Amino acid sequence: MSTSSVSKGCFVFKPSGKKKMRELGLEDHFAEGCEGAENTAARFELCQQLWDKLKTDTEALQDELNRKVLDSLLDLTRKCSTTRQHSDWASKMRASEIPTAALVLGVNVPDHDMTFQSLSELLQQSVTPHVASVQAKECGTLKHLMKRVLERLTGTAVDDEEEEEEGAEQTSTPLHKSSHCSLSTLCDWYNAKARKSSTGTPGKKRSSPTKDEHQQPPVVIIFKDLEAFNPRVLQNFILICSLYIERLPLMFIFGIATSPSTIQHMLPHSVSSLLCIELFQSLSCTQHLATVIDKLILTPQFPFKLNGKVMQVLISIFLYHDFSVRNFIKGVQLALLEHFHSQPLSVLCCKKKQALLNVTQLGHLDLERVRQLPSFKRYVERQEHQEQVSLLTDDGHLKEVCQRLIKDLRKYHKNYYPVLRCLHTLTSSLPRYPLGKQIRELHLICLEKNVSENEDYQSAMKLLKMLAKDELITLLQRCADILQSVKSKKMRTAHVQLEELLAKFKQLDSAAVETAPVVEENITSPVRNLQKKTDLFQLQKTLLEMNESRRSKKLSPFEVLRNDALEFIDGLVKSHLCPPESQTLNEACYYSSSATVRRHLNAAPRTSIQAALRTPYYYIQNDSLKTEDGSVSNAAPDICIAYKLHLECGRLINLFDWLEAYATVVSAAEGNDPDSDDYGKVDEVKHARFIQAVSELEFLGFIKSTKQKTDHVARLTWGGC
Amino acid sequence: MTALLQHPGYEDESLQRVAEQLPCREAQSAVLLSLMGQPQQYSYPSIFIYGHRASGKSHVMHVLLRELELPHATLSCVECVSGVLLFERVLLSLFGHEAAALLPRSASLSDFVRVYRQQCSLSPAEQTRFIVMEKAELLRDADANLLPALLRLQELVEDNVTVVLLSEIAWDKFRPNTGCFEPLLLHFPDYSKGELQQILSQDRHPSYSADFYSSYINILLGVFYSVCRDLRELRHLAALNFSKFCEPVAEGKVKETDTHKLWRNIEPHLKKAMQTVYLREVSSLQWEQMQQMEEKETGVVRGLSAHTHIELPYYSKFLLIAAYLASYNPARTDKRFFLKHHGKIKKTNFLKKNEKTSNHLLGPKPFPLDRLLAIFYSVVDNRVAPTASIFSQISSLVTLQLLAQVSHEDQLDAPKYKCAVSMDFICAISRTVNFDIVKYLYDFL
Repeated sequence: MSTSSVSKGCFVFKPSGKKKMRELGLEDHFAEGCEGAENTAARFELCQQLWDKLKTDTEALQDELNRKVLDSLLDLTRKCSTTRQHSDWASKMRASEIPTAALVLGVNVPDHDMTFQSLSELLQQSVTPHVASVQAKECGTLKHLMKRVLERLTGTAVDDEEEEEEGAEQTSTPLHKSSHCSLSTLCDWYNAKARKSSTGTPGKKRSSPTKDEHQQPPVVIIFKDLEAFNPRVLQNFILICSLYIERLPLMFIFGIATSPSTIQHMLPHSVSSLLCIELFQSLSCTQHLATVIDKLILTPQFPFKLNGKVMQVLISIFLYHDFSVRNFIKGVQLALLEHFHSQPLSVLCCKKKQALLNVTQLGHLDLERVRQLPSFKRYVERQEHQEQVSLLTDDGHLKEVCQRLIKDLRKYHKNYYPVLRCLHTLTSSLPRYPLGKQIRELHLICLEKNVSENEDYQSAMKLLKMLAKDELITLLQRCADILQSVKSKKMRTAHVQLEELLAKFKQLDSAAVETAPVVEENITSPVRNLQKKTDLFQLQKTLLEMNESRRSKKLSPFEVLRNDALEFIDGLVKSHLCPPESQTLNEACYYSSSATVRRHLNAAPRTSIQAALRTPYYYIQNDSLKTEDGSVSNAAPDICIAYKLHLECGRLINLFDWLEAYATVVSAAEGNDPDSDDYGKVDEVKHARFIQAVSELEFLGFIKSTKQKTDHVARLTWGGC
Repeated sequence: MTALLQHPGYEDESLQRVAEQLPCREAQSAVLLSLMGQPQQYSYPSIFIYGHRASGKSHVMHVLLRELELPHATLSCVECVSGVLLFERVLLSLFGHEAAALLPRSASLSDFVRVYRQQCSLSPAEQTRFIVMEKAELLRDADANLLPALLRLQELVEDNVTVVLLSEIAWDKFRPNTGCFEPLLLHFPDYSKGELQQILSQDRHPSYSADFYSSYINILLGVFYSVCRDLRELRHLAALNFSKFCEPVAEGKVKETDTHKLWRNIEPHLKKAMQTVYLREVSSLQWEQMQQMEEKETGVVRGLSAHTHIELPYYSKFLLIAAYLASYNPARTDKRFFLKHHGKIKKTNFLKKNEKTSNHLLGPKPFPLDRLLAIFYSVVDNRVAPTASIFSQISSLVTLQLLAQVSHEDQLDAPKYKCAVSMDFICAISRTVNFDIVKYLYDFL
């Protein structure tokens, strides 16, 4: 639960209000304060649909990405459950180590939850029912750790079918519940369990007892955050477990956020020699994000879009602050919700058919909103006079035009992403990466403004013109592959053109043999002249000549073709990679309020406290507090006045001076006559109010008491950021 | 040789079996036997046995008690997180379930003594009962009265019982300052090289001759004896590397007796094992897989400590750099590094006496949060808003153990931290953000 308070502390939440809240559906909350109330239901539904799709897609993607690591982990657990029973010489001689998987997951710990969730589900499905995962914060001492492990193992495994037995056990052993928390109890439980399962299946009662022995399901204990565990607790736990490894097929999984060498930092050799550690490295989170962006953002299938600034905010939060893919998705969710909440025209942000249908159902008010859209205004200006009038007055006509515009927008997206990918494949391997290494950087550039006007784009094109033939051909081939899979008329023609170019390149190979010597002759002849003894003047002359001849020289067929190909790419970029702001009706699909996203996701508590103290009007919404010049009205809350006054002081503040100043301001607020004797006098009430304000400021961390001077306090903040 | 053990009151046959199972520990077991006396005789109340890891303490006790069929309870003190658990274990193994169930929920020592007396009056001891406690050094951390009470348990419960404490630590470190009953001390010395050879040679591979295996052990000890005398570990290593040793024999290239060639074959392999699998850089499973692979592929597996790279968010890197600077630079020098017009400060005049030694030799010093943030803001190249996520990054660096919180967790006001990463690590981190940290370190001016 969260509070609106900015301070750290304990808060009591009474549960009584909760039930009433729940009766209000999500939808009602959505409709609250929503702009354009007529179609909230439709928008809410669309928003829900899109979010569900986004959620399932990301989950599927996550599973896909983790599959490799998880599969090898599962293999390890299976292997350790089968190799245990080997009775050959070597395994008898070997110290029985506890098989351990060290799973390196990257620094963002909250993201790990999902991985561990799916890991333990997979384990339970396919290898063993006995899986317990523990977190450091619930296991401060060895006793607690033991208790958690036992609870998780026996609690989850003893399910409803044995409820009676469990009940009976509970009545007989309530006295010793805590003292029974030891691994020997677990051993007994495990043996009982194994015996039950082997006799429980009547089909193969006596026929294969040995086989059952072999397939003892291992007991897996997952330590979710290894770094946070108390090393002593962990060491002792491992020591105890190693005592029981003969009887209990234990296995550990360590979730590691930093690097595997932490194991060695935490465990001495005497303990780590009890483990047989296998290392598993999961995908790095930057790669993970790249895949998420590639699969979910850079696709025309998802109608909701983020504009450049919002995208920038989300990506920089990821890169600068948390490395958390989950938070990135949360950010997208927030943007989605905000978009549908604040933009009435977001009804058009959905699949093509439904969008067209929704256009026909737009009311007059909505159509007025369409006319207000900046992109639509620009569109109108481009039309002829007659058309302009009918667009602005005739609702029916506008609806038709809107349908066409929506189709155009869809086509724009359909062409945008393939061309973006083509451009990225071409430029991503250039030296110094003029257009970025990752496709998301290129995407941001394209969202910002016309990429073809970008300087980096020009230099990238120049670099491309210097590419060798085989490099260029492979890159173009990859572009052709990208274009091939797109179902759009323009892209199909582009693909055909590209294939033709490629074919020409290949033809060159055969033609080149004949033309090559001639070209060489041309170039080498002046150089050959140089070989003779020359003076400086002649050298200059020949060099100039050479330069001249090179400029006027006929380009080789490869160069001609290369220029053609690049011009073709340039044409594609110019026609398809224009920024979305240039598209009419883009406001329906693009969410653009980056400030909102930043405010919600990257909160700055100090800034907002200062804003509240400086301009109380925004928070209290009391008109009398409104001031023009940014000063604080004298009727503002005491703390605001005290804050304002303290800003005028130096490092040390004399409390008495401060009190005097405060009293003067407050007297003015009370409307006392400035000439009277009482004016500015400190009475008891004012004194008390002042003291309270000062202690509140101290609590907020603006001042603190100091020992340097009596009745002074020290200021702790400088400047106004 | 095995007929040395003789003691009245025990059958010769079982003594024979004991002797067979305890090679190179004849002297110690003989002393123990004479201390234990005949089964029905009262023994000394408490015996303290100490010796290094894997010097046979537990093994000797186990074999003696098991083969001579004496009533006993064996428990490891690591497992007994509370006294209650310990009492329960003892009662359980000496008197059975009913006795253990008699203990109240949070039993004290006197409860234990009461239940014990009650039980032993029901079934008086015909033979000496033994309570063996492994890793007894942990008893020092338990309740203050537990160790003294265990030492004179015989008196307390008035029963023929002997407590045997096994530990890797000498008795001098145990003695409580209130004084206590002195147990009989018995030291188990480390196995000598010859003894190790003798013991290890006993578990030979069934399909090879004893001489062959013994020569293998000889080579193994030649490599490992200087670094490891732990019998358990040596046995483990012997098992892991034996297949490699046998390889030329199995292929028919070398005869079993050609020790020199075998040595040449195995020695580099064992050296490699010492650097990897012995240190647990590479797990034994991976080691075995590596052996099966071809020579050229073996370079692929990297040890655990080779993976030190950590990916961090951009600001976390700078926070860590700032923390490092705050930990290793004296606070007074901050002015010099982070102020534009600091004036020249000469190193020698400026120093206090104790600061003349390298700060890196002294280790990280604690610093307050304010200083960390001040350095952070001046180190980061662009303006950073003091958002909540900057602060949460500090606490997540603490959970990742890259920073250590020095002040108590409950202290919200001006918490103090220490930087817990090494110089190499921080250099690698600052290289990724193009920050020349050495220029900012006072030690390297």
